[in-house]
Amino acid sequence: MTSSAGLVLRLGLTLVVLLALAALLAPWIAPAGPNAQDILARLRAPTAAHWLGTDNFGRDVLSRVLFGLRTLFAVSALSVLGALGVGGSLGLLAAWQGGMVDRVVMRLADVLFAFPIILLAIGVIATLGPGASSAAVAIGVAYVPIFARTLRGPALQLRWCEYVEAARAIGASTPRILLRHLLPNLTSVIFVQASLSLSTAILVEASLSFLGLGTQPPTPSLGRMLAESRSFLTLSPWPAVFSGVAILLASLGFNLLGDGLAERLDPRLRGV
Amino acid sequence: MGRLLLRRGGDLLFVSFGVSLLSFLMIRLIPGDAVQLMLGANAEVTQSQIDALRHELGLDQSFVRQYIIWIGRLLHGDFGTSLTTGRPVLAEIAAAAGVTVELTVLGLVAAVLLAIPLGCAMTALRSPSASLAVRLLSIVGITVPSFWLGIMLLYGVSMLLPGWTVVGWRDLTADPGGNLRRVLLPAVSIALPVVASLARFLRAAMTDALHQDYVRTARAKGLAEHVVLLRHVLRNALIPFVTQAGIMAGYLFAGSVVVEQVFALPGLGRLMIGAVADRDYALVQAAILLATLVFVCVNAVVDLLYAAIDPRVRAA
Repeated sequence: MTSSAGLVLRLGLTLVVLLALAALLAPWIAPAGPNAQDILARLRAPTAAHWLGTDNFGRDVLSRVLFGLRTLFAVSALSVLGALGVGGSLGLLAAWQGGMVDRVVMRLADVLFAFPIILLAIGVIATLGPGASSAAVAIGVAYVPIFARTLRGPALQLRWCEYVEAARAIGASTPRILLRHLLPNLTSVIFVQASLSLSTAILVEASLSFLGLGTQPPTPSLGRMLAESRSFLTLSPWPAVFSGVAILLASLGFNLLGDGLAERLDPRLRGV
Repeated sequence: MGRLLLRRGGDLLFVSFGVSLLSFLMIRLIPGDAVQLMLGANAEVTQSQIDALRHELGLDQSFVRQYIIWIGRLLHGDFGTSLTTGRPVLAEIAAAAGVTVELTVLGLVAAVLLAIPLGCAMTALRSPSASLAVRLLSIVGITVPSFWLGIMLLYGVSMLLPGWTVVGWRDLTADPGGNLRRVLLPAVSIALPVVASLARFLRAAMTDALHQDYVRTARAKGLAEHVVLLRHVLRNALIPFVTQAGIMAGYLFAGSVVVEQVFALPGLGRLMIGAVADRDYALVQAAILLATLVFVCVNAVVDLLYAAIDPRVRAA
């Protein structure tokens, strides 16, 4: 059991680190610019010169995938971090204050949670206009109630812990207790939820870009690349194949990481 | 049960109110003048047209009044008119919703029908390596983008069976064969990613049931192992499984909204994307509000059914 537990975590960590490095180093490791055209080599299958082939404008698919990963990670990481900041603070506040504050915050989270994520995102984008930053805000808003709920439960349990009472007894201020005593004990919960949320946020970002609501050209985007590749699918399926595989691997890495972390932190989950 | 019904009813009302308020705020939060944006860069727009549209949207009233007027209209079935087609928004949504609902339901049925035998087979295999394989498979499945799977299926089928894939929509009642032919691939694209995780859930529920006393009794009276599994373990595991499948309906709905774009199906997804591009705010707003309310109600019904079946939930 223990070996399989480590395996999922290791697989996830490896994928995430490799893809994050590829995205970070894209400007240095990509064989070409994301929009550089080689007119004579259009719609090529993978070759030694173009490892993943070329698209209908003769653009190198590998380079576009690498730069697309950058956008994908940037938008989803920004939205999940934002949601963690806002939702997490609200969850902590609700747990700490209890009573009316708790009820109001959690009811608001219920309302936001009622919307299917994709619909809420489309609504936000309808309001703000299509674009990468709108997509980040849209996804962030949709994940706020998830973090509020995830942090409130454990924080509520910790609130009555002896060491928290001890900190209160010696006169520690509320911000100090929240930041120095509660938050460090919630890091595991935060890491698991952030990792799993990133996995789905990546899929939502790709969906929005695919629908033309997210990242706009000329910024390279995997969802957009997949949408564009449909027009020449029968001539060359490679751009469609590789942009989709890149989205899948990015989402998979974070999901494995979250799943492996959750299991490591909660022994009851082992072997399920 | 009566108290539970009352409490859930209250929750339902509150969430519906909140959802309507947020949907209402959407148009109000558009930066700049929504009316100017909606009428676009058309130079021939007159002030009276602007005023008329502003009045129709109720933007010349106070905030609270606007909301009350809006809700009053909604309750009378008036969701406004589409800016692009001039038809009532509700009629546009009703026409498109059928496609999305059909796709979602078909996807859900396909996923459940595939997950049950898979889950049973996986329960029979109880080694740690089988557990790991099940776990990996379910994680990989759930991270496959359904719209990408749709494109790959479309490509594969067009290579293997040229001319099988067809465009243009056929209504289920008018042409069942043609309808099925158009909806089959999209339904498979949204169903396949969730099959493994549904099967994993069923396996967990069945493994849980395996350790119950009634299973030991069934074995003790000499029933064959497959009879124990199917008649006693599976039947009891199906209750949490059905709830989980209900939760998955939301996931499949999200998938179908995007996959419609791949297969050019005239569903809610296409309607909304078009409406966002055309700045047809009344249409976007109504579609989001109605679809969300349907989900809120479906979730409430699933919750109550679960409580009706399982007395332990009622007490909680």
